Amino acid sequence: MLPGFLKGSMTREQFRKAEGFTALVLSTLAALLGLFWLVFILGDVLVHGIKALNLSLFVNDPVPPGVDGGGLRNAFVGQLIITICATLIGVPIGVLGGTFLAEYARGTKTARLISILADIMVSVPSIVIGTFIYAILVRPIGHFNGWAGAIALAIIMVPVVLRTTENMLSLVPWTLREAAFALGAPYYKVITQVVYRGAATGILTGILLSIARVAGETAPLLFTSFNNSFFSLNMNQPISSLTVTIFQYAMGPYDNWHEQAWAAAFVITIFILILTITGRLIIRWRYR
Amino acid sequence: MKTIFKLILAIILLISFTQAEAAEKLNGAGATFPYPVYSAWAFDYNKVTGVQLNYQSIGSGGGQRQISDRTVDFGASDDPLKPEKLQTDKLLQFPAVIGGVVPVGNLEGVTPGQLKLDSDTLCKIFLGEIKSWNDDMVRKINPGLKLPQGEITVVYRSDGSGTTAIFTNYLAETCPAWKEKVGAGKAVKFPVGIGGKGNEGVANYVKRTANSIGYVEFAYAKQNKLDYTQLKNKAGNYVAPGFESFENAAETGDFDAKKDFYLWLTNAPGKNSWPIAGATFILLAKEKTDSNKNVVKFFDWAFKNGDNKAKELIYVPLPQSLEDKVRAYWKANGLQ
Amino acid sequence: MIRTTKKNPVDMIFSVVTGAASFTVIIFIVAILYELVHQSGPAIERFGIWKFLSSTDWNPVTESFGALTNIYGTVLTTFLSLLMAIPVAIGIAVFVTEISPNVMKGPIGIAIELLAAIPSIIYGMWGLFTLSPIMSTYIEPFLKNIFAGVPVVGILFQGTPMGIDILTASIILSIMIIPFTASISRDSFNLTPAVVKESAYALGATKWEVVRDVVIPYSKLGVFGGIVLSLGRALGETMAVAFVLGNNHRITTSLFDAAATITVTLANEFAEADTDIYLSSLFYLALVLFVMSFITLAAAKFFLLKAERKYSR
Repeated sequence: MLPGFLKGSMTREQFRKAEGFTALVLSTLAALLGLFWLVFILGDVLVHGIKALNLSLFVNDPVPPGVDGGGLRNAFVGQLIITICATLIGVPIGVLGGTFLAEYARGTKTARLISILADIMVSVPSIVIGTFIYAILVRPIGHFNGWAGAIALAIIMVPVVLRTTENMLSLVPWTLREAAFALGAPYYKVITQVVYRGAATGILTGILLSIARVAGETAPLLFTSFNNSFFSLNMNQPISSLTVTIFQYAMGPYDNWHEQAWAAAFVITIFILILTITGRLIIRWRYR
Repeated sequence: MKTIFKLILAIILLISFTQAEAAEKLNGAGATFPYPVYSAWAFDYNKVTGVQLNYQSIGSGGGQRQISDRTVDFGASDDPLKPEKLQTDKLLQFPAVIGGVVPVGNLEGVTPGQLKLDSDTLCKIFLGEIKSWNDDMVRKINPGLKLPQGEITVVYRSDGSGTTAIFTNYLAETCPAWKEKVGAGKAVKFPVGIGGKGNEGVANYVKRTANSIGYVEFAYAKQNKLDYTQLKNKAGNYVAPGFESFENAAETGDFDAKKDFYLWLTNAPGKNSWPIAGATFILLAKEKTDSNKNVVKFFDWAFKNGDNKAKELIYVPLPQSLEDKVRAYWKANGLQ
Repeated sequence: MIRTTKKNPVDMIFSVVTGAASFTVIIFIVAILYELVHQSGPAIERFGIWKFLSSTDWNPVTESFGALTNIYGTVLTTFLSLLMAIPVAIGIAVFVTEISPNVMKGPIGIAIELLAAIPSIIYGMWGLFTLSPIMSTYIEPFLKNIFAGVPVVGILFQGTPMGIDILTASIILSIMIIPFTASISRDSFNLTPAVVKESAYALGATKWEVVRDVVIPYSKLGVFGGIVLSLGRALGETMAVAFVLGNNHRITTSLFDAAATITVTLANEFAEADTDIYLSSLFYLALVLFVMSFITLAAAKFFLLKAERKYSR
């Protein structure tokens, strides 16, 4: 930790103490640096975001560039719809898949392989998933559409939910299942009525965290749900999302775009942080 | 848990039913060059007719790609397609509005319109041969102007761009070294600099980077108060960008419906012509007759009612004679 | 496989349905790989594999495409960000597990988790609006003054400091991956049996000596796995770097130059590629990225599993 030449000028004890002290200081500094970035980034988003927040942002649609005013109602609603649809597609597949791994296929090589692959899928570049969906769902159908965006997000969600479900189900004691078997219940009933109950909070947390994960994704939406400058609820058409709008607005030159981008960033950050904190609190409260 | 699911299901059902009576929608994508005017037109058109024309500015390359993939109802491009190419991709093409590309800088102490450049200097800056604003070549054509010391940062377009096509077409036409080393096109390999996405991105980077130079459609320069330059045109006069110099350039052009209006307006003759002007075009898929009719309805409305809005943003509406040619072209193709 | 004694038809259906759901993961991976290979077919045919990977030409005008500038940008930003992130992340992990008083553990842990939860687009936007001006006005001119004249190292600090460059992008990326590396390192550190640590303390070791001689050797496999995992994450990050990298398809040596990563090139050019071969080349790039990150992530998983096995023994 300390350069060797110092060894000569100190006694062994002094050197060890000095070394220990340096390490302590450095690691404390590292932790402070981590805190510093968090405060810096969050603070910046809060300060700029709150300044730019106003009611018009939520009730109005965008106006042409260079014109003041307008809002992002389309993007807020679009983001919500895309995220809800992604959740409705991704969560059932994830939960069911996790159930298979933890129950029917418990301990098998297949289960092991799938959970390893799922772990890898969790970190696969999301933009690659966007290009994949463009190839299978945008080009053949003939237009950008909200479903493509929702499915791209769902693909990111599935492995996350699948892995948490598997882990949470594995935590449910095996004896509980045996007790249910002894009463003559078939396996599916044991799973749905006993195991799920035992793991419900854990699974719910996993779902919350997976929503937090995809709600902030931009890259998979760029070539799938695209963007829409009007208010639209139609998932068969291009639909606006907060993240793509932030990308467009922050990269653009207009000052009022920048303000709205900050406001949108503020809203989405708060949303995701609340989900994350709730998820963590549930875990802490339940699995202490 | 179950009630939540039921609730969500109900909401989704509700959404899908409201869709049945939703407004008519048109999707367009492409050039960022006319984005300010198209979105202004679409905004007004929506108020008058209720039709939602969603125009996304992703770049001319994107406009051409997305219409030939048929993922949008119309594409927009400032880089006109040759008739043969239109034939193979089964596309129609007509001009919608005319505008000018202007070099924009971020120079301390220089106000918009003050700096003068000629094609040679501009070319050398973008080739990276002139590295500082204090260079003799720049100083010689700007006597008396106090130029900053710093190194020049070139900002170009990173995406497939018609603005780039117009700009590089001009440089290739006027500067042999450019033609040989770089060439013209929607996305060329710029020898120096950083790339911004869209006219928006270039304007943003120029705004944020001291001593930078980029090129954008004039509306972006105007709206964002960037230091645009004067340019020496083919006739040898220094002209400022603006409605008149763009209009003068436009007047020199002879758009021909038989060639699907394929025409460049760069380096136009004429005493007061802006040298980097260009028309921006709309691309339609031949077989999409239903949506095409609606798109044409929009542009017909814009030709009739959009001139003031265009002029406000310093775009040149098509001259009456050209509008008539475009309408004839629509009729000939059964769109009106 | 666990089987109940009686075969119930509903049970059969349920097992098939859940099985199908879990197999979607495999289907996704195979389908993505197949579709990317399929779509990049024309480009693979035209440019081959080696030529595509080794060519620095990315020129839509001549329709000549090579991936090297993009791979270079990806590898360089990833490498630099890891270089900056690893010491900090391990410092944090050491602090949280060994050094900090219990009162501080919670807040720091939460801070790290929150840092991980912030969406990447927020990092990117913050980078453009806040970090980039700071870099171009203070930090980069400062670095340039110190290092530009120094032989060899000086090459890294040439050119105009404009804040939209490799250095800024790498810093943002490093802030993004600190939490991943830190939390995995922390988890690995925590797996060190208390008995071993306590015996070291009993022998009079200082906190640092325990960390260096007991905790780190015991958990190095897990920490290494965590680092490789962060590497995989950094390779595929799009939005955090898209704002400040400057989209430059040239290989440059200065940290003050703009560059392009595979992800940024895809984000900027994918929807606007006009010719078929251009689009196909972009799919090819996506394929290269997919394979690169898949291999990295698989390696990370391998190390983490190995570590897990070691600890569970």
